[in-house]
Amino acid sequence: MKSNAEMGDYRTAQTLETFSFLPPFSQEEVYAQINYMLSQGLTPSIEHEDPALASSVYWPMWKLPFFGETDLGNVVAELEACHRAYPDHHVRLIGYDNYTQSQGVCFVAYRGKAAA
Amino acid sequence: MGKKYDAGVKEYRDVYWTPDYVPLDTDLLACFKVTAQEGVPHDEAAAAVAAESSTGTWSTVWSELLTDMEFYKGRAYRIEDVPGDSTCFYAFIAYPIDLFEEGSVVNVLTSLVGNVFGFKAIKALRLEDIRFPIAFVKTCLGPPSGIQVERDKLNKYGRPLLGCTIKPKLGLSAKNYGRAVYECLRGGLDLTKDDENINSQPFMRWRNRFEFVAAAVEKAQAETGEIKGHYLNVTANTPEDMYERAEFAKELGQPVIMHDFLTGGFTANSGLAKWCRDNGILLHIHRAMHAVIDRNPHHGIHFRVLAKCLRLSGGDHLHTGTVVGKLEGDRASTLGFVDQLRESFIPEDRKRGIFFDQDWGSMPGVFAVASGGIHVWHMPALVEIFGDDSILQFGGGTQGHPWGNAAGAAANRVALEACVKARNEGRELEREGRDILAGAAKHSPELAIAMETWKEIVFEFETVDKLDA
Repeated sequence: MKSNAEMGDYRTAQTLETFSFLPPFSQEEVYAQINYMLSQGLTPSIEHEDPALASSVYWPMWKLPFFGETDLGNVVAELEACHRAYPDHHVRLIGYDNYTQSQGVCFVAYRGKAAA
Repeated sequence: MGKKYDAGVKEYRDVYWTPDYVPLDTDLLACFKVTAQEGVPHDEAAAAVAAESSTGTWSTVWSELLTDMEFYKGRAYRIEDVPGDSTCFYAFIAYPIDLFEEGSVVNVLTSLVGNVFGFKAIKALRLEDIRFPIAFVKTCLGPPSGIQVERDKLNKYGRPLLGCTIKPKLGLSAKNYGRAVYECLRGGLDLTKDDENINSQPFMRWRNRFEFVAAAVEKAQAETGEIKGHYLNVTANTPEDMYERAEFAKELGQPVIMHDFLTGGFTANSGLAKWCRDNGILLHIHRAMHAVIDRNPHHGIHFRVLAKCLRLSGGDHLHTGTVVGKLEGDRASTLGFVDQLRESFIPEDRKRGIFFDQDWGSMPGVFAVASGGIHVWHMPALVEIFGDDSILQFGGGTQGHPWGNAAGAAANRVALEACVKARNEGRELEREGRDILAGAAKHSPELAIAMETWKEIVFEFETVDKLDA
């Protein structure tokens, strides 16, 4: 048993599902995940939301899912455009899988202002 | 046909050994591993198994002539050697679909693993695999929600789910138990689980447990902003008690309940799965008693058969072993039945113990649950072996953390996400696992301490039930 002084306190955090327990991703780390999504044949899609409403099921979509998109640069450009348009919002990146009708990838790439 | 009644005892093989038979797409096929008594020829033993598990009786009876036995009988149609074991052989048997009630795995099992297992001419008998024809599969209700719907309900994508069984498994009061649940969930687990032994004992009656657990789930959800759940075990001594508990879980707004499908039985399981489907509640399935049935390589039922039966009977999660932890499980064989839970078509593959092509049609998939004696050091291998559509459950590996459950949960969550991230980046998890975890621990003191705590625990015993090779 550790002494009380050695024991740490875990502070509960507001988190945003997959990858939210890791430090915010660098640009390269985000690119790597987009490349993974594209290599798996998933359809990239972007959503954003006010952090106060982050727990709702649906977030507004940024344009439509980018069907048939295979270029990293184009996805990055849309991601940045969404972030510029909604600088205080969470922006999440989704990889739609039309076979399983699920999402093979989903993580928040830009964490909004109100989030811890 | 003009057959005459001829009283007496015939050799089984005269009627039930049909090596020229080509199985129909609608036949239910089974592969048995047969250890016959001394002096019983293989074709006679195989025919006996076919007879005793379908239409046959030891003696000819006159009333057989009132029906068309050629239409209803099971047929032994192939015999094969078992690689590396001359004491036994494989018998392949085809059963016409009309021998079984639609949608009833109970009825299938009563025939295939009924009296025949005590039959004297056979020293030992093991049901290795069943091919359920798609025509039968389509009559079964299957998982109440399935993998895709569960992910949507819980809002968890692109990674395995993370859970743990609350410990100590027996003896906590309801309020203290709810505390342990709350700590795990606020720390980053998605799901916690009642131990299978927890039903409604004197130290913690079910209703009290459900109420305190609901408070824990609700608070953790509000504080983290993520969707949480706890498998409330509704397994009980009577179906009436089971449904009463399920109804109360629903009343409390809880997302998931739990059942032990072998001790509770398939009838209870199919009924509860139907209830879950009707009420939009997820169903976690535990498998107590499975090792009694599936561990002996010469007698019983292989777990791949029990797993297939569970998918048909209904469940959204099923325990499958961990490959790497404290419980038995050969890797190739485990992956073979994990596929049976999750995929829509699985081709025959003897290297993974799969004896038949299996078409599941549109039946939803079941999450594979890896639970038992696992800790953060196993995380890279677990993510590699089980992939995203799994639930990784660290009991001692969460609650044994020196800082407690919340820190233990956070350590596992960080490790899980680091492994998924690394996999997506193209790194090899099992080879680079140590580096991946060490890198993640730089940002997480909880993970660093967990890695220090469990660095020396290994579970290396030989698997008893190996694939035949």
